[in-house]
Amino acid sequence: MAEFNTTLKEQGDISIIKLKGYLDAHTAPVLENKFNELISNNRYKIVVDFQDLAYISSAGLGVFMAYIEKVRENQGDIKLASMSDKVFNIFDLLGFPLLYEIFKTEEEAIKKFSE
Amino acid sequence: MNTKKLIVKSRTENLSQIRDFISSNAAEAGFSKDEIDNMILAVDEACTNVIKHAYKYSPDGDILIEIKYDRTAFTITIEDNGMSFDPDVVPSPDLQKYYREHRVGGLGMYLMKTLMDEVKYKSVPGKYNRVSLIKKIKAA
Repeated sequence: MAEFNTTLKEQGDISIIKLKGYLDAHTAPVLENKFNELISNNRYKIVVDFQDLAYISSAGLGVFMAYIEKVRENQGDIKLASMSDKVFNIFDLLGFPLLYEIFKTEEEAIKKFSE
Repeated sequence: MNTKKLIVKSRTENLSQIRDFISSNAAEAGFSKDEIDNMILAVDEACTNVIKHAYKYSPDGDILIEIKYDRTAFTITIEDNGMSFDPDVVPSPDLQKYYREHRVGGLGMYLMKTLMDEVKYKSVPGKYNRVSLIKKIKAA
């Protein structure tokens, strides 16, 4: 079975979700739960760190699409960071860079929130 | 012609086994890592569609994955006995629309067509659906 887990770090009003493993149709609900948890706690400034994510399918990409508008309506954002070339290529192929800010590092994404 | 078969139940937990099956056989056929990654994703998308749409998440349907390759092409065929569908009615991805509707649809099919050289569908209602994903093998 595919391994996937998330770890959550809070830095002031910014929440950083670190993804690890394989994000597919089987594991996408784990990430959905994490977003639901953040939103129910009114935490809308979210950075997603992809450094340890080995794989993503469209089911995983769909999770980001499901929450982005709700988050932005509440003056927040979902910023993406530290993707491998392989994972970035999939986001890029589907045009996600038009809708999401993607940063080289988690620190740059965090910094953008305080500008 | 080399032929390999895998039969799994229509459960998302089996996607990782399907990916491993594609990975090891594509490596054996001599593809590069990038090409293998592309094929793994295309097959994952095809099987996710089968689980979601053909079997509507019912966990006991069969998915038959067959790999056939020779010196010219690597063909992965995915067959199910679930509900049939018309691939022509699946819309092209529209990110602005997804943004408004908070969901995505058709991304899997778009990825399959982009990542593979050829994608063919055959659906016989009440019998089977079959999608063939083809990657050409370039002469060394």
